[in-house]
Amino acid sequence: MSDRMTIHLSVWRQAGPESSGAFENYTVNDVNEHMSFLEVLDVLNETLIRKGELPVEFDHDCREGICGACGVVINGVAHGPQKRTASCQLHMRQFKDGDTIVVEPWRADAFPIIRDLVVDRSAFDRIIEAGGYVSVSTGNAPDANAVLVPKDDVDRAFDYASCIGCGACVAACPNASASLFTASKIGHLALLPQGDPERSHRVVAMVDQMQKEGFGDCSNHAECEAVCPKGISISSIALMRREYMKSLVSSGG
Amino acid sequence: MYVHCALERSPGCHHNTNFGFVHPHSAEMTQSRSKLRSLFSSQVGKKLLTGITGLALVVFVLEHMLGNLQFLAGDDAYNAYAHFLVGLGPALWVVEVILLVFLLMHIALGIKIWMGSRRARTSRYRKSKSAGEPSRQTLSSRSMLVTGLVIGIFLVIHLASFKYGAYYETTIDGTVMRDLARLMRQKFHDPAYAFGYPAVVLLLAVHLRHGIWSAFQSLGAMRPSISRPVYTLGGLLGLGIAVGFLIVPIAIFFDWV
Repeated sequence: MSDRMTIHLSVWRQAGPESSGAFENYTVNDVNEHMSFLEVLDVLNETLIRKGELPVEFDHDCREGICGACGVVINGVAHGPQKRTASCQLHMRQFKDGDTIVVEPWRADAFPIIRDLVVDRSAFDRIIEAGGYVSVSTGNAPDANAVLVPKDDVDRAFDYASCIGCGACVAACPNASASLFTASKIGHLALLPQGDPERSHRVVAMVDQMQKEGFGDCSNHAECEAVCPKGISISSIALMRREYMKSLVSSGG
Repeated sequence: MYVHCALERSPGCHHNTNFGFVHPHSAEMTQSRSKLRSLFSSQVGKKLLTGITGLALVVFVLEHMLGNLQFLAGDDAYNAYAHFLVGLGPALWVVEVILLVFLLMHIALGIKIWMGSRRARTSRYRKSKSAGEPSRQTLSSRSMLVTGLVIGIFLVIHLASFKYGAYYETTIDGTVMRDLARLMRQKFHDPAYAFGYPAVVLLLAVHLRHGIWSAFQSLGAMRPSISRPVYTLGGLLGLGIAVGFLIVPIAIFFDWV
């Protein structure tokens, strides 16, 4: 049957953060073209468990492409060959019967490998903690139309806010830079009145934290935008640089 | 929280950030010093400086290329132009010093950025490729350090060959001046220089294909709507500069002028 495929997988296996890893080859038969890529890994893992072997560890949660938990490098491209698609939403119709698929974890020293395909992305959390929020008094939710924001700004802020923090930008960047992630968070808040009071402090603190975490410098390869499952534009990085320049010339907060 | 932080200097406060409303004088000085430092060391600052110095160097090579084309108007015209430039004296020295500082900064930042990216990924991918549009990852963008270093090394040879090279004299309208045109003819008949020079000039075009667009992105001047035209125009400008630089050496080598 044409929709049943045999898929060869070459998967990175690594027992723990300190162990050295290696590629293991597996073959999964009866792959349905409507299966998602992660479901192929599920099928593989069931076979491995039945054989008494350790399953391939990989991160996943919603499997709807909106949570940002999943993400592996598939045949050299973060999240695989389909544009604007997280690994969980990549379907096997993108591949052919008999294909060999190389599966690797995000590789960046700021994202240490925990096991197999699972990496520790808490560096992103610390970048957010450095300033990716607004300090507001809590209380009742304000009226939706109490603060007016121009439509264009709302749209751009929303585009940047759609970042799910999956880390594909870092994985795909030749320099392992976290600029797209950091810039999308900065851009989202810089465009809204709620983010305005702290914008100068925010950009400096988040850019500093990104560097402290050991991410590389941006060289404007724009590879991040091409692999981003949300298609976030590197115009956010340009905006981050403008914000940074403004903070350098402004004297106070 | 702000006022408390600025006045009481409690240990948990971040005095080096821009958070406080009230700044003691010394804190302000520390702040401006740290701002200057962050310009050279922060990931955004390094790109801003690389972009500014890069664009300034593009303006210089463009001017240099147009200057070289004066050779086509004849040896005397070329020598007179060189004589005029040297005659600018202190004004020229200022420009030369600025260019040298910019060049050294551009090289140092490029090496620093490259070293940082090496540290950021110590384990390599077995398989890695570009996802295609809208990626701007090309051979040009991946080879910026190599093309830049070759151009830098060439520049030393180039200055030694011409600016500090053999000094011939000529007299035009009673004025004794350097006969740079004679040196040009001599150098570009030397096969090593005649073939090495075009190779480096083409590498410059490769460098500028990514570099010009990248500089505007680094300076925050890029928007999605102008990204593609700027990338195309940047590449064409790089190519145009290379072609401009190649006209005179080719013409000399084949004795067309």
